[in-house]
Amino acid sequence: MSFFTHFGRYLLMLRGMMTRPENMRMYWKEFMHQCVEIGIGSLGIVVIISVFMGAVSAVQTAYQLVSPLISRSTIAQIVRDTVILEFAPTVVCIVLAGVVGSKIASELGNMRVSEQIDALEIMGINTKSYLIMPKVVATLVTIPMLVVLSMVLGIWGGRLAGSLSNILSTDTYDKGLLENFVPYNVTFALAKAYTFAFIISSIPAYYGYYVKGGSLEIGRSSTKSVVVSCVMILFADYILAALLL
Amino acid sequence: MIEFKNIKKSFGDKIVLNDVSHVMETGQCNLIIGTSGSGKTVLQKCLVGLFEPDEGEITYDGRSFTDMTGEERKELRQQIGMLFQGSALFDSMTVQQNIMFPLDMFTKQNFPDKLKRVNEVLARVNLVDVNKKYPAELSGGMKKRVGIARAIVLNPKYLFCDEPNSGLDPQTSMVIDKLIYDITKEFNMTTVINTHDMNSVMEIGENILYMYEGRKEWSGNNKEIIFSKNQRLNSFIFASEFLQDAKDMRMLEAKGKIDNDRNMDELLK
Repeated sequence: MSFFTHFGRYLLMLRGMMTRPENMRMYWKEFMHQCVEIGIGSLGIVVIISVFMGAVSAVQTAYQLVSPLISRSTIAQIVRDTVILEFAPTVVCIVLAGVVGSKIASELGNMRVSEQIDALEIMGINTKSYLIMPKVVATLVTIPMLVVLSMVLGIWGGRLAGSLSNILSTDTYDKGLLENFVPYNVTFALAKAYTFAFIISSIPAYYGYYVKGGSLEIGRSSTKSVVVSCVMILFADYILAALLL
Repeated sequence: MIEFKNIKKSFGDKIVLNDVSHVMETGQCNLIIGTSGSGKTVLQKCLVGLFEPDEGEITYDGRSFTDMTGEERKELRQQIGMLFQGSALFDSMTVQQNIMFPLDMFTKQNFPDKLKRVNEVLARVNLVDVNKKYPAELSGGMKKRVGIARAIVLNPKYLFCDEPNSGLDPQTSMVIDKLIYDITKEFNMTTVINTHDMNSVMEIGENILYMYEGRKEWSGNNKEIIFSKNQRLNSFIFASEFLQDAKDMRMLEAKGKIDNDRNMDELLK
């Protein structure tokens, strides 16, 4: 299938989601379930990668800053801006594209091949709306929260690594964090988080919903959805940086 | 009653359904039979709207299904129950949650009422103490029964069954057939069954449509099928020597050449 066929069908899927729910209470229940699955389910990996990302960036920045003319507090500024601008939104979302994206694609793919989606259709339920919409909205709610958490933990990881390896004291690090802080960077990071959250949920949902064949195809479409999501995240990252910075 | 006229459906160059017309009667078990690839699954999927026919008309009790809007179809589908070949139970839900799902979605009943209804339909399909079990913990026959229970929980007017006996032993198949037959009579439903199973054809086939290469080849009931002279139908239904002998025996009985009141136990002694 050509790119335009996929893109057209993807847009039709998104349009198909926008209908009045058959039962608001059931949709809300599904939305909360997805929030727990996506948000709480990804919490562990986000905490681990964020702390280590911040720690490594602090150590590596210190390694590269050899000039005695540059104050040690600059390390904190670099860690802060790197984590807020790139690591927390982009790297975390690429990891989440793997974790959440493959889960969404394989869940929907399995429902498709085992005729569970057909069973819902026969009952008179709009499956695009009931199965995809709660996942998309749940990622739009939870992933920006995870990104904010990742920012905090990344900066804290840098602080911890800085003090543990005697690169800089915690006081110097805290002082550096407050120097030249641009609040817009957080807004920019959140704009990226919302965009990436939409990509992470809608693209795997598309690949899972339209899977054809058996279990082998579920695996293939899950992998494909992660690859396409990652590429789209990087592409969107560049576009947003070029437009908003 | 479900009536369809001149249904045509193709996938690319391949014509899967070619001008198929038939009437599925209310209160009867309507069977669609045919070899693999004859188009019976596609026909059933066209009837429930999972596929759109290229041409032709489908009516449900006089209401044109093909001309209905999406909302009208959604409304009609609440009167349709379907049992899928693999049962299509939601594997993350328990049996109780599976059956309660349509009630949760489409009714405003409180939990005790819904639970009462779930237990009623479970009792109707002869299942007890399975409420808290997950589909993975059930046998094939039990899954089919849960599938039937979920299909009838909203008291549908139309019941569709896709290969209800596939993967089941002959004894369980007969139990499922009898269950579907009894439910059809009890609730006066229009039941449409896709099957390969010759036992089902002979036991519950009140209105049979035989498909061959996407066309309607023969129609009738389980009494008429014995006397059919259609060569393709005969080689499909009475494929084995044993079944051919049984058919010959029935024909001889009908012609009065063998006493049909004969005592088989006595003869076999």
